[in-house]
Amino acid sequence: MFVNDRLISLSEMTVGEDATILAIQGGRMVSSRLVSLGFTPGVQVNMVQNYGRGPLIVTVRGTRVALGRGEAAKIIVERGVHE
Amino acid sequence: MSECHVTPSITVSHTSAKDMGAPIIALAGQPNMGKSTLFNLLTGLNQHVGNWPGKTVEYREGHFDLSGHSIRLVDLPGTYSLTANSPEEMIAREFILREKPSVVVAVVSAANLERSLYLVAELSALDALVVVALNMMDVAAQEGVQVDARVLEAALGLPVVPMIASKAAGVQELLGVVNEILSGKRVPSPRPPEVRADHREILAKIEAQIAGHVPPPYPKGWIALKLLEGDAEVTHMMQAALPKEVWDAVHDILRAHDDAFLAVASGRYEWIGCILRAAVSRPKIGQIGLTERLDRWAAHPVWGLFILAGILGLVFWLTFTIGSPLQEWLDARIIAPLAGLAAGALADAPFWLQGMVVDGLIGGVGSVLTFLPILVIFFAVFALLEDVGYMARAAYVMDNFMHLMGLHGKSFLPLFLGFGCNVPAVMGTRVIDSWPARLLTILIAPLVPCTARMAVIAFIAPAFFGANAVWVSWGLVLLSLLMLVVSGALLNKVIFKGQRSAFIMEMPLYHIPNLRTIGLLVWQRSIAFVKKAGTAILVMSLLVWVLSYLPNGNLNTSFLARFGHFIEPVGRWMGFDWRLTVALITSFPAKENAIATLGVLFGSSPNAGLTDMLTVSFSTASALSFLVVTMLFIPCMATVAVTKQETNSWRWTLLSVFLLLGLSMAAGTVVYHLAVWIGL
Repeated sequence: MFVNDRLISLSEMTVGEDATILAIQGGRMVSSRLVSLGFTPGVQVNMVQNYGRGPLIVTVRGTRVALGRGEAAKIIVERGVHE
Repeated sequence: MSECHVTPSITVSHTSAKDMGAPIIALAGQPNMGKSTLFNLLTGLNQHVGNWPGKTVEYREGHFDLSGHSIRLVDLPGTYSLTANSPEEMIAREFILREKPSVVVAVVSAANLERSLYLVAELSALDALVVVALNMMDVAAQEGVQVDARVLEAALGLPVVPMIASKAAGVQELLGVVNEILSGKRVPSPRPPEVRADHREILAKIEAQIAGHVPPPYPKGWIALKLLEGDAEVTHMMQAALPKEVWDAVHDILRAHDDAFLAVASGRYEWIGCILRAAVSRPKIGQIGLTERLDRWAAHPVWGLFILAGILGLVFWLTFTIGSPLQEWLDARIIAPLAGLAAGALADAPFWLQGMVVDGLIGGVGSVLTFLPILVIFFAVFALLEDVGYMARAAYVMDNFMHLMGLHGKSFLPLFLGFGCNVPAVMGTRVIDSWPARLLTILIAPLVPCTARMAVIAFIAPAFFGANAVWVSWGLVLLSLLMLVVSGALLNKVIFKGQRSAFIMEMPLYHIPNLRTIGLLVWQRSIAFVKKAGTAILVMSLLVWVLSYLPNGNLNTSFLARFGHFIEPVGRWMGFDWRLTVALITSFPAKENAIATLGVLFGSSPNAGLTDMLTVSFSTASALSFLVVTMLFIPCMATVAVTKQETNSWRWTLLSVFLLLGLSMAAGTVVYHLAVWIGL
């Protein structure tokens, strides 16, 4: 069992941090676009750029993807890498 | 209103007689995989650019010869998946299912196999003969990624051809494999991903329900899968195709598993994962790539803006140091002699014919032609930045700013193009993936000051403001942009109720630009401009000329002048007399016409003393107001035409016109009275 503070939204990750996606909230349209770019539950993401406001950049499945803060807030991740 | 609800009925009507029977090869691939480079490589200038029937999605097809046979190559829109998230995805899959191309070449990147194989996973579930073009082998090698094409081939069950499209390597091998498939010597036997075990039973249930009800040409298994994925279009289609009780049963299954789309997608990635473990070796080295290093600056919230501003400045500098002299040269060396030649040849013709050809026709062609150098520079820089991979960074750093209008970063790109010309800006809104955001961008795009308007400013401002002209010009540009932000924010609140679309954008790796790709892009955009803007400007120049000539060949008593006198009371609000009013109206075919008209109205002597006559005739307040109105006035004819084309609606097009008409008149009135008040 993990402690609660390991569960955060993707927008709360700090630069260089790794995390594993647990769930994608929000509408079907947005989820579906995220999925086709490689965001699925269980996948590992790495935060490339996050200045606390504005859009951010993550690496997922070897691709850099820019996300709006609103979109990033809908992706729930668990800190660290777990298999 | 949304374009996403298109009925699946795409038939291609571009086929000419000589194509009949020519085998079709379709190019499929995700964005940034080098698909366009490969397309250009195969077809060269032997290609045709248009729109998919009834859609504002670019259609490209070309021809090439393969061992004596003419091949029709169709470039499918770049898409990440084949789920109906966008018109592009719909078009790609409908084309494959309905037109049944002889071969589908799927372009994937060796440097980014995990994601690019996702589309291959979708393609191999369709009944298509797929060849995988394993592109960007050089980029992969640079990053230390080694891909074993033979293992990949065995795992996918599809032919795999390693290549470097940017260096034309591997093309012959690709064509060899295509030829083998065309001649039936080789038959791919795809091993598409299976649905994850926990959803296999559900899929089987759906398949059993819909059996016998699936309309051709759709494969039953694929339809069942798309239903499970919650694909809006397929769901819609099957709801109509199934008897009610069957639909209800299917609907119940789907409702109980509405998260199945994640399972389906995860299943595809698991399939990809298995393949990659066998075919790819990636020594983990913690090296910082070029892209990461460049992005520390280019995508930085502060430095990124400085870099963008620097690039913008450079573009303007280039435009005015190379473009403007070239423009004058064209005008002096080509247009003027041509007009002289025509006048000589028509010396014996009736005066009206001479006037129509020299002033109307050649004048119209001239204004299109002389704007080309500036546009070509703009298109070239834009294409270069796009090809290098910088444009995604520009969109990224502008995201915060664009939020002021409820838009996001991607809308910045077409607006940027608008500084060159509003026509490609409106067409460039196609990069925006949500329809409301795209519409809003189209509505505000004409507020970006284009080069034609800057030409009017550059002529009039020095006459009235002397050394301060630079500051006045800058002030006018800033006023335009301020109006753009304000109207964008208001429109977003009032019409679009503050809704905001999702900002999800791939940041491609930076790479060395491909001159061929850039050259073709500039060529195609220039041709598109000449065709679209050219015809509109030409027709309107002729019309304005006729109105300024009839009924008795004297502009001062012409229909146009009478109309100017008629609406002069309105012009008075902004400090205009009938001549300024007429000049403004004639700027509708092309903005820079305003100066030509004033030239005609003040006695036709080309340039000789026009500025002096203007300063004598008008107060500084009137001039300032005229400049403000010119900046904000209704979009030019060509922009209106593409707005109609891109929105496919007269309602939005008219809204765009009246919005700017109201805005410019209000601003002109306010500025005029303010200027009079402070004593200008």
